[in-house]
Amino acid sequence: MTNRPVAYYPGCALEGTGHAYHRSTKELANALGLGLVELENWNCCGAMEVKNIDPKLQTYLSARNLAISEKMGFETVMAPCNGCYHNLKKAEYDLTHDKTSQEVVERLSKKAGHAAYRAGSVRTLHVLEWLKEAIGEEGLKARVKNSLKGLKVANYYGCMYTRPRHIFPEKDKGPGSESTSKPHFMDDLLAAAGAENVEYPLKTACCGGAHTLSDSDTSTKLVLNLLTTAEACGADVIATECPTCHSGLEMHQVRAEKVLGRKTTVKILYFTQLLGMALGLSARKVGVHENISDSRALLKARGLG
Amino acid sequence: MPIHEKSLIRPENLITHEELVIDEVNVSGHWSTFIQPRVVTDYDERLQEEIAALPGGENIHRCWQCGSCTNSCTVNAINPDFNPRYWIYLIRLGMKEELVRDKEIIWQCVSCNKCTYACPRDVNPEGVMKATARWLELKGYTEKKPSAIFDEEFSAQVFAKGRIEEGRLLQRFFARTRQKLLQDWLVELARRLFSRLPLMLMMKLGWASLFHPRTRGWRKARAAIADYVAECEAMERQVLGLNGKGPSS
Ligand code: SF4
Ligand code: SF4
Ligand code: SF4
Repeated sequence: MTNRPVAYYPGCALEGTGHAYHRSTKELANALGLGLVELENWNCCGAMEVKNIDPKLQTYLSARNLAISEKMGFETVMAPCNGCYHNLKKAEYDLTHDKTSQEVVERLSKKAGHAAYRAGSVRTLHVLEWLKEAIGEEGLKARVKNSLKGLKVANYYGCMYTRPRHIFPEKDKGPGSESTSKPHFMDDLLAAAGAENVEYPLKTACCGGAHTLSDSDTSTKLVLNLLTTAEACGADVIATECPTCHSGLEMHQVRAEKVLGRKTTVKILYFTQLLGMALGLSARKVGVHENISDSRALLKARGLG
Repeated sequence: MPIHEKSLIRPENLITHEELVIDEVNVSGHWSTFIQPRVVTDYDERLQEEIAALPGGENIHRCWQCGSCTNSCTVNAINPDFNPRYWIYLIRLGMKEELVRDKEIIWQCVSCNKCTYACPRDVNPEGVMKATARWLELKGYTEKKPSAIFDEEFSAQVFAKGRIEEGRLLQRFFARTRQKLLQDWLVELARRLFSRLPLMLMMKLGWASLFHPRTRGWRKARAAIADYVAECEAMERQVLGLNGKGPSS
């Protein structure tokens, strides 16, 4: 267990539609006594869009953020968004293995007037990995005030937390490590807080997030499948760990109802909101009212928040 | 002679005979369909090279047609005509006309990377899909697709300010794709949300769309990125032989 402060990279989504994730992540860290220092003057990671203009520009964007972390003296940067996390990891991989990427990043960094990031100097963690490492299941269990007992949860990880596999060299390393085919870090943490995780076969299925607006019919079909499957598995709640996945599920739940006439009732909450309430924080404090999916009645009935 | 499975069994290439007896065997009717003999001569030998020159397409030559990409594909599960393995096959053979037939769906790849995960040959099929969609656009076979417009709007904001602001992005995207901003489902969504959001937060979000969030000291990065983008575009046009003609990007 280490609880040295880490650099915190919220990314653009957490300042907009993913605000409840931003808020609950900070509250959770606070309640656990873990230090977060926001990356100074960070820039957007390029999400899933900039790479389609040119992948090396995306590498540069993340390299700039890593360079800031390096300059601030942090050896770990933590990102709650799958897209940000994925892009930082991808940049690390490309800068370690691909000479052209290195050259482009060096050239652009020089022109932009900052030091080029040196591969290997900063470690990127997802908020899930950070919590597992800094507090762990045992540490969490000891702090639970308000168990999530009886709450049936489907854990949804989306695409970018595990794919493509080669950019996550630390995963699939046997016991204790995260799995790319059947991830479990979120399941582990929620179980420690008392939740009853359901067997959910679509943990790493795609919600169509990349085309959520440009091909919304496809996204609605994909999301509806995620929602109805979660319901069929007996889940009350789908726990998310990515702002893009989360708002995709929320938006297309409404769209499926309005456009396809298919109503689903499963609630969608960030896992940080669930953990926060298990630690005794109020629903308001972790931003439950900011979610589109309205879970207040359910939480109240379960004595949470 | 390779087998061009799909092109051979298209309705226009099939012949059925109401009444036909060959060597005393009755072969009338639909059960014994004949395939029109066809000689393919229109191979475009530069096709693979051109796609490989676009970002994402670099490893296309490594494909050994195992089909794992299509088998694992998110979009294929919704639409069986979305077939990455088949498109890679056509590109490698240079069957341009066949490829162009699917120009209206190739852009629909959602970048889930299930294919990249499954591919045993490191082809990066997701990248090939993006490269192919871009090739179709640059060569003028399709107009700019909504996803490409979204990518452009998103990237333009990042390049200009260092950060994006979702409200403005939404607005610009709907305007450029000529859709009304107030889609019924978006209105419903806003109604549900705003009935319980505190005033402070709404003001904060509104504030962000008026005063675009930005990264301090971004000016030099912006210039560096602009130079690089121009370089890439010039290179792509050269490889695709588009200098001085064709649609601009
Ligand atoms: S599930 Fe959707 S939003 Fe989440 S990472 Fe995949 S594409 Fe992105
Ligand atoms: S990345 Fe595209 S081609 Fe690959 S599996 Fe996903 S949707 Fe299919
Ligand atoms: S999985 Fe890879 S090798 Fe197999 S058909 Fe697809 S691209 Fe080719």
